[in-house]
Amino acid sequence: MDLDDLYQEVILDHKRNPRNFGPMPDANRNVDGFNPLCGDHIHLHMKLAGDVIEDVRFEGEGCAISTASASLMTEALKGKRVEEAERMFEAVHALLTEEDVDPDLGQLGKLAIFSGVRQFPSRVKCASLAWHTLCAAIQDDGDEVITTE
Amino acid sequence: MNATAETVTKSDAAVFDVERIRADFPILAERAHGQPLAYLDNAATSQKPQAVIDAVNHYYRHQNANVHRGVHLLSERATEVYEGARDRVRDFINARSSREVVFVRGTTEGINLVAHSLGRGFRKGDEVVISHMEHHSNIVPWQQLRDQLGIVLKVAPINQAGELDMEAFEALLGERTKLVSVTHVSNALGTINPVRRIIELAHGRDIPVLLDGAQAVPHAGVDVQALDCEFYVFSGHKMFAPTGIGVLYGKEALLERMPPFQGGGEMIKMVTFDRTVYAELPHKFEAGTPNIAGAAGLGAAVAYLNAVGMDRIAAYEHQLLTYGTEQLQQVPGARIIGTARDKAAVLSVVLDGVHAHDIGTIVDRKGVAVRSGHHCAMPVMQFFKVAATARASLAFYNTRDELDRFCDALRYAREVLV
Ligand SMILES: Cc1ncc(COP(=O)(O)O)c(C=O)c1O
Repeated sequence: MDLDDLYQEVILDHKRNPRNFGPMPDANRNVDGFNPLCGDHIHLHMKLAGDVIEDVRFEGEGCAISTASASLMTEALKGKRVEEAERMFEAVHALLTEEDVDPDLGQLGKLAIFSGVRQFPSRVKCASLAWHTLCAAIQDDGDEVITTE
Repeated sequence: MNATAETVTKSDAAVFDVERIRADFPILAERAHGQPLAYLDNAATSQKPQAVIDAVNHYYRHQNANVHRGVHLLSERATEVYEGARDRVRDFINARSSREVVFVRGTTEGINLVAHSLGRGFRKGDEVVISHMEHHSNIVPWQQLRDQLGIVLKVAPINQAGELDMEAFEALLGERTKLVSVTHVSNALGTINPVRRIIELAHGRDIPVLLDGAQAVPHAGVDVQALDCEFYVFSGHKMFAPTGIGVLYGKEALLERMPPFQGGGEMIKMVTFDRTVYAELPHKFEAGTPNIAGAAGLGAAVAYLNAVGMDRIAAYEHQLLTYGTEQLQQVPGARIIGTARDKAAVLSVVLDGVHAHDIGTIVDRKGVAVRSGHHCAMPVMQFFKVAATARASLAFYNTRDELDRFCDALRYAREVLV
């Protein structure tokens, strides 16, 4: 297993230039996600209109993997229905944790590049932090803090 | 850290034969991701010399039985091993008596023992003084006591170098201070606290002092009588002994007055349904079957450290620290967190543009083991406004070459990620 499998170009690009990064004054969902193991911290802002994710942005400080994961996630989620987002969460989760998932699962698209993370067990939580935070944002309308533990 | 460490001459350290030392630690011959292993995570836990591994093995092959119970041969052997280890620890830290050496699971349990036992006598409004650089194990037990009893937790501040602010510390000591509980050496920063002065100030007001010695005992000689602290706590696994065994040293008069921590076997003289007469020290604090094999290993670790010499260890590690600090200063974008004047061999680093977690993964692939994270000292990270650091923590089997490899790996991490 090579470092290049983890730090792929797309991941590095999103780490260096995170997309959808910054505050969202008119968000109606705001959730903090926290990884106590390494101190990664993200704030996810979402504008939910009915069951459509109209907009989603994030802030915070994290490692390359968690930053890129959050960045790619926000790109993938915009305009999606909640139900689709939940299916994507399931697929990403399987990609990160299950041995024999076919990484070309159609719906994953670009997110399939995270398949390399599986070989770095200590980094799986970095990649899943944004997604766990998303789940909390979908399920609750209050402000809350969730952790990967 | 102690007077003798300072008087070791350069030539003593120069003849320190690190290759011979390394040969005593079989795990150091492991390879990591195809590279020779450079183990720089000693503050988390240390590796074990063959002598310790052999002692544990020998215990299970030839001595295993329960202690203080049987009259049969093996039970006598086991008791001898267990109590022999206690005597070695007594001599190692220069306690007056073996009655002052309580075996516990580790530093965490030692501090919890004091919090539960001594702390039971605290009243609402009483104060415990800790510092901003404590490990969580010297924060959380006092917070729990605060929530149960309404005591007040006072935190002595640190400065940008990671040194204790002694004026502010002194100002926190007052009428209601029931205990000062601070670390001897910070695991996250390497800071060596001025513990003699701390104890002097506390004793001036009749306040007892607990020192968390987890990061001190493995790296320099500690003399509890010279320090004159009331409690001194440390973990075996950080001093080349097995996990699950550690020591609470306490002054006998104080331990006598304290109620037991846990109840059960081993800690009693006589039990009826009406009442129990507790065992003598130190057994009063050792309920249940103890970690006998761990104690055997700890005894062997102490003997090993004595043979190498704590003064030589301290001098050699200081040389490594100086070298590593110089080398890190040459790494573009690297900044050392924790620059106390009096410092143990801990190098906590942040790298511009690279998160500590990524450093950890990248240097691991180069065979270098460091810890990346908050080092169980989140308030320290909050103070320095960093999420995490990558920490190289050294032992006397580490080499300059390993530090070079760490620095090269940091340069490489910047190449990959920035
Ligand atoms: C300064 C300090 N105190 C306490 C501890 C806790 O030690 P243990 O986990 O062995 O109980 C550690 C180790 O992580 C430490 O470095």
